[in-house]
Amino acid sequence: MAGTALRGRLTWQIAKVTAVAVETASVRTITLDVPGWPGHQAGQHVDIRLTDEDGYVAERSYSIASAPGEPVAITVERLDDGEVSPYLTDELRAGDDLELRGPIGGYFVWEPDDGGPLLLLAGGSGVVPLRSILRHRERTRSNVPVRLLYASRTLDDVIYRGELDQPAVGVEVVYTLTRHQPPGWTGYARRVDAALLAEVAWAAGVMPLAYACGPTSFVEAVSQVLVHSSYPPERVKTERFGTAGGT
Amino acid sequence: MEALDGNAIGGLLYEIFDTDMTSAVSVCGNCGAACQVAELAVYTHAPGTVVRCRSCDSVLMVFVKIHNRICVDLLGLAAPG
Repeated sequence: MAGTALRGRLTWQIAKVTAVAVETASVRTITLDVPGWPGHQAGQHVDIRLTDEDGYVAERSYSIASAPGEPVAITVERLDDGEVSPYLTDELRAGDDLELRGPIGGYFVWEPDDGGPLLLLAGGSGVVPLRSILRHRERTRSNVPVRLLYASRTLDDVIYRGELDQPAVGVEVVYTLTRHQPPGWTGYARRVDAALLAEVAWAAGVMPLAYACGPTSFVEAVSQVLVHSSYPPERVKTERFGTAGGT
Repeated sequence: MEALDGNAIGGLLYEIFDTDMTSAVSVCGNCGAACQVAELAVYTHAPGTVVRCRSCDSVLMVFVKIHNRICVDLLGLAAPG
């Protein structure tokens, strides 16, 4: 293996929680003050480490929800059988300390120079790093066209809905609600498959750049469809969350 | 247990190699498939972390943390050519 761009050492450090915001019934956005934060790229993540009184340690990765230049924020979905997320969503308060290291990742990242058009595919809480990309695009005044296809179980499970319902110029947001739709819903109401992507995705001929993030099954399904639709594999970036946060 | 991908071990690899390795290219020692580390299949629920080739399922890397040591096995990767 060959290494890529060098950066400073990655060390565990203590961050201070500055705010906890309710996104949905089970999702919180936690804003952090991280001393000496070197800055991050849109799409990167941090590792969070919790240590209990007996010294038992649990580590998890969380995507950074904020754009480069904004305070570090993570958005966490509570998994009822989780070791880490219930503490983050239910117990953590402004003023608390949290141990983390980051930023991490050089693959699932986007910079304006990478261009587009962008196809962002989110399954559940997989929208988090894509939201960082959207905010980064807006803050850098990039005019790259974007389509975000966001699969969620219900409308109440849509994270960042206030923001996504008022997208920036050049950004289209398409929801599909896979489990329950409110009365009068005219949007999509099925899982993301080849037929849905044929309607929503950019044609391969315009050389789109795709980012798919969500549960493993969602990411596998959409990335296979895109590659069969003649998207070059190297222009389909993927990040899998395992079984967490299903759609 | 569904596989994660190489993004999930970005921090662990940084700890070992002192640089981001998720966009580095790995080559499978069994089938020769080349891809970025972020794209590999990663199982974190084994005793330790097991990284497999997505083409042939061969084990490429294994990481086991024992106390404050990390044991690293990279024998499934092709030697740099």
